[in-house]
Amino acid sequence: MTSKTVLHAKHIEAGAKMVDFYGWEMPINYGSQIEEHHAVRQDAGMFDVSHMTIVDVKGADAKAFLRRLVINDVAKLDVAGKALYTGMCNHEGGVIDDLIVYFFTDTDYRLVVNSATREKDLAWIAEQSADFDVTVTERPEFAMIAVQGPQAKAKVATLLNAEQTAAVDGMKPFFSAQAGDLFIATTGYTGESGYEIALPAEQAADLWQQLLDAGVQPCGLGARDTLRLEAGMNLYGLDMDESVTPLAANMAWTIVWDEERDFIGKEKLAELRAAGTEPKLVGLILEEKGVLRSGLKVVTEHGEGVITSGTFSPTLGHSIAMARVPRAVKLEDTVQVEMRKKLVDVKVIKPSFARNGKKAF
Amino acid sequence: MSNIPSELKYATSHEWVRNEGDGIVTVGITEHAQELLGDMVFVELPEVGESVSTGDDVAVAESVKAASDIYAPVTGEVLEVNEDLEDSPELVNSDAFGDGWMFKIKLEDEGELESLLDAEGYANSIDED
Repeated sequence: MTSKTVLHAKHIEAGAKMVDFYGWEMPINYGSQIEEHHAVRQDAGMFDVSHMTIVDVKGADAKAFLRRLVINDVAKLDVAGKALYTGMCNHEGGVIDDLIVYFFTDTDYRLVVNSATREKDLAWIAEQSADFDVTVTERPEFAMIAVQGPQAKAKVATLLNAEQTAAVDGMKPFFSAQAGDLFIATTGYTGESGYEIALPAEQAADLWQQLLDAGVQPCGLGARDTLRLEAGMNLYGLDMDESVTPLAANMAWTIVWDEERDFIGKEKLAELRAAGTEPKLVGLILEEKGVLRSGLKVVTEHGEGVITSGTFSPTLGHSIAMARVPRAVKLEDTVQVEMRKKLVDVKVIKPSFARNGKKAF
Repeated sequence: MSNIPSELKYATSHEWVRNEGDGIVTVGITEHAQELLGDMVFVELPEVGESVSTGDDVAVAESVKAASDIYAPVTGEVLEVNEDLEDSPELVNSDAFGDGWMFKIKLEDEGELESLLDAEGYANSIDED
């Protein structure tokens, strides 16, 4: 039995090809995922992300609880509406999920977690919250639409009333604001500017239609994947999972180390960090023909690695990938990937390929 | 249901074959096949002059989703390849039975065309997938 978002009928109406995405029937594309990709890099596209899980954490201990639960430190957040990207680890330092935390007050936060990990995330959060004075509430009554691209904000602006316009006026990246019924955040998964808008499910089809009428291109999971990969953003389940630490998933930058704060997984991660033995996640580029794909073996002079995500980059016109390789591999090194029974040279770079409409390396 | 022109012949591995006369055929992949593969990003074609046998993997269609072998649907010699696919692999998506053609073969045995599927036979083979 697959779930359908409230926008399902709009996808069918727009000619979407639907696929099963971890139990959700979601659009993979509406014809051409490459055209959808270009729409986001060059103009404006929108994604139905209603399958994602919104969880509100409130109560006297909300801040203390989140300082324990996630590897980044919510104490950094001191302006209402500010957002924070973080990992949530188990006691062994494995990544249970990556998520965004939105801060409203010290007793009021919102988390947005992946849909594929919803059940285990909710169970973990419930278990860990037992000793804290917090209430954890899932918000399935919200739909969510991501509008992304250089023209995304301008196109959304044509649909907002005066109050909403004032609420988003001058909003910096990684902020959020409640504007009437709309929860509007300057976050996303594409490397372009834009909004992620959560709203009551019953209003979602109307907003989708208005965005369509404003010239925003509907985009499926196919374009979502090539856009996030170009932007160097991890996909849970491919680039990391519970068997992988943040140190091996290019997420070390999200860990805040300080003596007094004891977050879950800290002890193990500190040990691994000191040992320096964890592999690392790098970017690979292949400028000749062929497409790097998830699971392919990477051969380096320091040992083997593996491609965690690979694709054809529509912006660059060649293949790109993220790969987990031995820590001794350096940026600018040439390593090899085994493709269709041949070893092919690829270049190692930082995992950031294209953002804001252009090449990022 | 995708388009399956009745004037063409087909292989179960999703190649179409157009009889151009004089023992020459044009080969491409069907609309159904390109729909399964999604946006095409590279097409690797055989060498002109190469001898191919029915069932040989002679080309590769690489899409955003997967790399897929293209098989020679007949035996003969490669006469010509569609060089436009080098810069515009998306022609396979936009016009699978026309501008998205892949290569031409000079048949060794013209009788071999009879052993390929007709449109109805191919439609049935897709239904069984």
